[in-house]
Amino acid sequence: MGSAIHLRSAMALLGRFPALAGVDLDVSQGEIVLVEGPNGAGKTSLLRACAGLLRLSAGSGTVLGVDLSKGGRPRGVGFLGHSAGLYDDLNPRENVEFRARLWGIPPAGAAAALERVGLEGRLQNVTVAQLSAGQRRRVGLAALAVVRPRLWLLDEPHAGLDASAREQLDSVLGEAAAEGAAILLASHEIEHVGRIVSRSVCIDRGRIALEPAELTTDSVHVA
Amino acid sequence: MLREAYVVAAKDLRVEARSHVARTQVVPFALVVVVLFGLALDPDRGLLTRAAPGLLWVTVLLTTLLATQRSLALESADRAVDQLRLSGVDPAAVFLGKAAALSIQLLLVVSALALGVVVLYGAVLASPLLLVASALLATAGLALAGTLYGAVAAGLRVRETLVPLLVLPVVAPVLLGATRAWEAGVGLAVSDGWPWVRLLVAFTVVFGAAGVLAFGPLLEEA
Repeated sequence: MGSAIHLRSAMALLGRFPALAGVDLDVSQGEIVLVEGPNGAGKTSLLRACAGLLRLSAGSGTVLGVDLSKGGRPRGVGFLGHSAGLYDDLNPRENVEFRARLWGIPPAGAAAALERVGLEGRLQNVTVAQLSAGQRRRVGLAALAVVRPRLWLLDEPHAGLDASAREQLDSVLGEAAAEGAAILLASHEIEHVGRIVSRSVCIDRGRIALEPAELTTDSVHVA
Repeated sequence: MLREAYVVAAKDLRVEARSHVARTQVVPFALVVVVLFGLALDPDRGLLTRAAPGLLWVTVLLTTLLATQRSLALESADRAVDQLRLSGVDPAAVFLGKAAALSIQLLLVVSALALGVVVLYGAVLASPLLLVASALLATAGLALAGTLYGAVAAGLRVRETLVPLLVLPVVAPVLLGATRAWEAGVGLAVSDGWPWVRLLVAFTVVFGAAGVLAFGPLLEEA
């Protein structure tokens, strides 16, 4: 499998605060990698840096063949952060269709993608503002599923989801990985994601600190 | 790029249609301002009629500030701007799409206000072609400048107060050009209104080009 993420001594700043302090990380296509760590450790910053939404201040990084250190933005990256990037006054179907059109993809699969994450019938036609936090995350997930990114970057994707939604999320992620997509997800809920990830890495104070042995199938460089 | 601009504009207009903010807040705000001007100047009906074009475009300017803030808030509310950036859409298309949607909303406001000044101030729409051409260009210019300067302030905590400070001085040529053109259009000015339309064309072209070139870096900082 080809490399999706290749970071070496990657550093990034949030203002003057070093959010990433020298991260080495490799993720291959088809892999699901969990990033765990305490609050403020740099998980979200790592995901945003991989998406090209946070510039590297030092070190090097290549994501989907694009050099991040030169300020490039990789194409084909789907990002689901704490905010799902939705428009409150549109309904879920319209939000997903808009995302598809942005990516230049026919929006015909929007309804099916929403059904896949458990949003069926009436829920597709109410405004997003009327949905619960968990349902909003499902819409964000459906928006990713419909554009089929080559790299999925997910920040606490299980947060606020009920048991059936977690199953659906795992199913969507497993299918995407089987199709060759790389998935990097940050989560505190290791017991929920442990069974779907290929391996996990720990990040602390902006550095990859260790990798839990029971999940590891590949090597991660310790900065 | 035009397809992408259309997608962004259609989304913004759909959001506005759903939210009813333009219909229930922005347009009523503009009409209230016109009525207040009327109350303030009512004793002198002649003055009111003479001042109608200027009062109308000052009101449109104030409305532009509201609509610009609203347009920016759509993208920042749930970090939708990140999805725009990741989608690979040309930032110029985002700029043109958002400006087009804003321009259409402002045109609706101008239409409502024109009706208002005819009814309340007794203005006569003597030269419809000049009025329509100048309204189209002025609203386009306001939308382009508002979108561009709104993006300048988007990444700042003080954006709500900074946007008026940035936008109002910049759009002074639009206020001047549109007011003079409308004075001619309602038969108040002896001079020809079309030279002012050329000023509006120049403004629109300059801010359209500036936005197309600058919106990418601005979107990155938003």
